[in-house]
Amino acid sequence: MSAASIALEPAAGRASSGLWSEIRRNPTIFLGCAILLVLAACAILAPWIAADPLKHAPVNRLKAPSAEFWFGTDQFGRDIYSRIVYGARVSLIVGLSVAAISSVLGLTIGLLCGFYRWFDGIVMRIMDGIMAIPSILLAIALITLVHPSLTVVIIAIIIPEVPRIVRLVRSVVLSIREQPYIDGAVAGGTKAPRLLVRHVLPNAVAPLIVQATYVCASAIITEAGLSFLGAGVPPEIPSWGNIIAQGRVFFQLTPWVILIPGVFLALTVLAVNMLGDGLRDRLDPRLARRM
Amino acid sequence: MSEPVKLEVTDLVKHFPVRAGLLQRQVGAVRAVDGVSFKLRRGETLGVVGESGCGKSTVGRTVMKLLEPSAGRIVLGKADITSLGRQAMWPHRRNIQMVFQDPFSSLNPRMSAGDIVGEPIRNFGLAKGSEREQQVAALFDRVGLRPEAMRKYPHEFSGGQRQRLGIAKALAVNPEVIVADEPVSALDVSVQAQVLNLMIDLQEELRLAYLFISHDLAVMRHISHRIAVMYLGRIVELAPKEALFEQPLHPYTEALLSAAPVPNPRIKKQRIILQGDVPSPSKPPSGCHFHTRCPYAIARCKTEDPKLREIRPGHFAACIRREPGETQPALAPAQH
Repeated sequence: MSAASIALEPAAGRASSGLWSEIRRNPTIFLGCAILLVLAACAILAPWIAADPLKHAPVNRLKAPSAEFWFGTDQFGRDIYSRIVYGARVSLIVGLSVAAISSVLGLTIGLLCGFYRWFDGIVMRIMDGIMAIPSILLAIALITLVHPSLTVVIIAIIIPEVPRIVRLVRSVVLSIREQPYIDGAVAGGTKAPRLLVRHVLPNAVAPLIVQATYVCASAIITEAGLSFLGAGVPPEIPSWGNIIAQGRVFFQLTPWVILIPGVFLALTVLAVNMLGDGLRDRLDPRLARRM
Repeated sequence: MSEPVKLEVTDLVKHFPVRAGLLQRQVGAVRAVDGVSFKLRRGETLGVVGESGCGKSTVGRTVMKLLEPSAGRIVLGKADITSLGRQAMWPHRRNIQMVFQDPFSSLNPRMSAGDIVGEPIRNFGLAKGSEREQQVAALFDRVGLRPEAMRKYPHEFSGGQRQRLGIAKALAVNPEVIVADEPVSALDVSVQAQVLNLMIDLQEELRLAYLFISHDLAVMRHISHRIAVMYLGRIVELAPKEALFEQPLHPYTEALLSAAPVPNPRIKKQRIILQGDVPSPSKPPSGCHFHTRCPYAIARCKTEDPKLREIRPGHFAACIRREPGETQPALAPAQH
């Protein structure tokens, strides 16, 4: 009986440790999460911690950072700090929704492609076709066709991301299919839908989560790039890309208008990538075992 | 011999196409299994032995219908399952289960042990909820695992324990036939004996028929009733265990037995060292597949395809230099 209790202890210890201690143990994940949480808090609390980002005040235009305007003002006298806080909303919404939607789409298509070979031939050719379209060009074309909005920007970024995730998931599924436990499940009478959901899917998710963080980071950058080019979110919505685009005219006079949103952009992408790297190390079964 | 036949395989062939070139045209075939026949009765263990690449695992996987046979006939119980598709095969899977070679990769790392063992019960709708849990607990108990271990994950078990899990999973739906593909070759010798003895106990209790695939003659000697020796996709000798070990009739079996270590240093053994490598199964030699390496080969061996014939009662061999009814113990070496 004592042997039984000893044997059961590690499992119990793991259950109680949970997510939080897991995050604290890994400094990369911890730092990435911390930065993202602060940014997310700012974005959510924007109406309480920032002034109206759209209020023109010609008296205050092109002010340097000061106690009143922490990050200075632009050529219309708008408070850059407030605009950056509201801009965090756009960046985070774009990053998260692109990562989430393209992961779900990519996972579904990738699973089916890897599992049903007849489906694979058709779908992968379509995916190759989508991959051949330059993503910025596709976004510009979409924005010119329809009224620019945040939703259109998100869709424009998702379309070229999906085939990359499909390729990743498909290749993972192809290798899982060859695992003996899949034969074992088939021999035990497991039918295709359950095989897919209980045996293939759980083993394919780990690499996808890591990829999703990189998709999130690249989506944030792409959104900023599109906004800078004027093909992104409409100029009346403050996004980091828009702030930089509008500030570039007075770059030599008021460099902070460009530099500060640039720093936030870099910091956010860095945080997301740190989270991704940390998760990759953590979710790799070979690395995760050494605890 | 009055026990009913549970698995009958006749002239089973499995060829893997070899494709090459831009259009992936078939340029040849690996003849992994090239005409194999045997019968497996209730309560019996038929061992399939041979070196790696001889097709023994392919026989197991084809019988399980994890691979589609290229030709031949597989009859499970009374049902011909040879050409059944995925759906049609499904109900028959209750009667034939498999224990896999690698206890590390043959269990889904993201399912709990209880879920793994209970899955076949669930698949065939045999029990639900707490009733299923009780059945799984009983299976754990039966294979010598603590029922509390149901909540653990495969990586928390040792190799031997995992193989017990694999056996419990195979037993879950009360099959009549179990295909065991090298079930102990990945385990330590001390653990091998425990797992083998568990399988023998289960067989006596449940009258299971085992198709037991292994390259290990000591393991074969321990568990098998009859042994089939395979070489390059064919059975070259099929005999009751005692007869095979005491008096092998096929030169390949003779060489195989002479290579197995005997745990007694005083016994002086005459080792038969085979020359050369096993020929490629994509280009098997003409006539007897073994003639390129056989110390007794004569000219006729290159042209004549030896059939598996009953040389002595119950003792089959595929060698043209053996005649049915003969009693001569050894073959004369070929004159060169």
